Amino acid sequence: MSKVAYVKRYTGFLTMTMVCLTILYAPLIIVAIYSFNSSPSIIVWEGLSLHWYWDVFFGIESGKFKTAAWNSLSIAVMASLTSTTIATAAAIGILRGRAFRGRNLSFMLISMPIMVPEIVTAVATLIFFSAIGFVLGYSSILVAHIVFCIPFAYLPIAARLRGIEPVFEEAALDLYASRGQLFRHVIFPMLLPGILAGLLLAFIVSLDDFIITNFVKGAGIETLPTAIFGAVKQGIKPNIMALSTIMLLVSIVCVTLSYLLSRVGSHGGRE
Amino acid sequence: MATEIGRDDGQAAGAFDPLKYWLILPAWLVIGFFLLAPICLVLVFSFLTKEFRGGVIWEFSLAAYDQFLFDRGLFGDEPPRIQWTYIEVFGRSIFQAGMATLLCLVIGFPTAFYIATRPRRVRAVWLFLVTVPYWVNLLIRTVSMKFLLRDSGPLNEFLLFVGVVDEPLGIVNTGLAVQLGLFYSYLPFMVLPIFATVERYDFALSEAAADLYADRWTVLRKILLPIVAPGIVAGSILVFVPSLGAFLAPDMLGGAKNFMIGSLIDEQFNGNAGNWPFGSAASMILLSLVLVALFFYARQTGRQGRA
Repeated sequence: MSKVAYVKRYTGFLTMTMVCLTILYAPLIIVAIYSFNSSPSIIVWEGLSLHWYWDVFFGIESGKFKTAAWNSLSIAVMASLTSTTIATAAAIGILRGRAFRGRNLSFMLISMPIMVPEIVTAVATLIFFSAIGFVLGYSSILVAHIVFCIPFAYLPIAARLRGIEPVFEEAALDLYASRGQLFRHVIFPMLLPGILAGLLLAFIVSLDDFIITNFVKGAGIETLPTAIFGAVKQGIKPNIMALSTIMLLVSIVCVTLSYLLSRVGSHGGRE
Repeated sequence: MATEIGRDDGQAAGAFDPLKYWLILPAWLVIGFFLLAPICLVLVFSFLTKEFRGGVIWEFSLAAYDQFLFDRGLFGDEPPRIQWTYIEVFGRSIFQAGMATLLCLVIGFPTAFYIATRPRRVRAVWLFLVTVPYWVNLLIRTVSMKFLLRDSGPLNEFLLFVGVVDEPLGIVNTGLAVQLGLFYSYLPFMVLPIFATVERYDFALSEAAADLYADRWTVLRKILLPIVAPGIVAGSILVFVPSLGAFLAPDMLGGAKNFMIGSLIDEQFNGNAGNWPFGSAASMILLSLVLVALFFYARQTGRQGRA
């Protein structure tokens, strides 16, 4: 065995990696399997069926879930679009402008929603809204989501922008491109995979948020996570497992897309 | 992702330089107005008088911090004694977050090392596998964990069936369940920074040590570990910080005995306690603990950047 292999191979590290992946995936896979259980009890396995999926869409609680899903989706779409626009502008300003005094401060401010514990953000937002007399409901959830989605949109966009050589911009400017043309025809197309990756991440983060939403939603409005939280307070029911499995798939599809997008042409130009 | 926090090196001044302030302005306004200002308001609220069942009266008061530290009897007229209840909640939170960090380190380090020593092409796939669960709804992950661990759940059924145990393990509603939940919530934050440092590590150093007859564990301990230490510190802080303020894992997996700061704060606003100044004070104490941790993180990454 060569020396390189000798110092790179440790007994037990592969096992630990497998333990790690098992812990990460086992709960999700088991819930997904049990969501196909035909039994109304979550303990006994009675055979495969799509009954609980039917129940999610047409059952007794389906109305509640549909309203919650609509709230979640519409908020996620609006919040991710808004925060991605803000993040794109900020990334170009921070990375494509000359260094200035407030640059590090700007970056710290943008990462603030990630650094501050979620529960503190939740408390702060609730207190602020109540102090300025902002009525809690759909729009307060939307505003809160826009704020905490910004860093998640910013990071992939900034990473992408850092990888784009300034020579392209210089070439465009040499050819008398206006600033608008430069953005439309040069920066935007090259930045697009980063923007889409950021958009998708912001979308998922908004769709998934529970703590902040739970604080600022007020009475009478639910998003999917708060509806699920309310439902599991009385115990885990099979329809919740079916609903969870659907949301799990949505998340995995979004993350996979985001991952593939951020890899597109990451070594300059498309593959 | 997480490893980039706190640093940003600009490049290339260009056509957008004259517009830069206008481009950054929306981010400044939105986060400044809806997050920075609100957090300052929390500090103000922590010094106000509580109104029964939510809200505040705009009168200066130290009652929130007083309640946190001292017990003055039922009617508030006895001599103050140290009130351990809330200090214990914070202590327990720090302990649980610390244990979760340790668990992430014990499992995350070998994983990160293993991934970093794979051929370049498959590394990304491994990393992807480790990070995917992070993007699945935290609530769903926590519910799944509870489903798996509970006494009549699949794990115990399996263990009973195989005959490893005679009765269910009774993991749910213990500190261990909370630690597992936190581990499950934040593991990628440990793996990614460690992976980044091990990937940059020059294995020729290890080879040299091995040539001089160090066995592989000595090589790991004496050569590799000191060099990748910044990654380990960064990962530990990135796991510790969100664990400290976590709400879902302790709330759903820990039961009444194991509640942490997150539940304490939640109780003041969404629960029956309805004491906003006290909730604000607890939030500010939590935030200061986090700032201390982040300060060490910034110092660490700063050192890393210079090295």
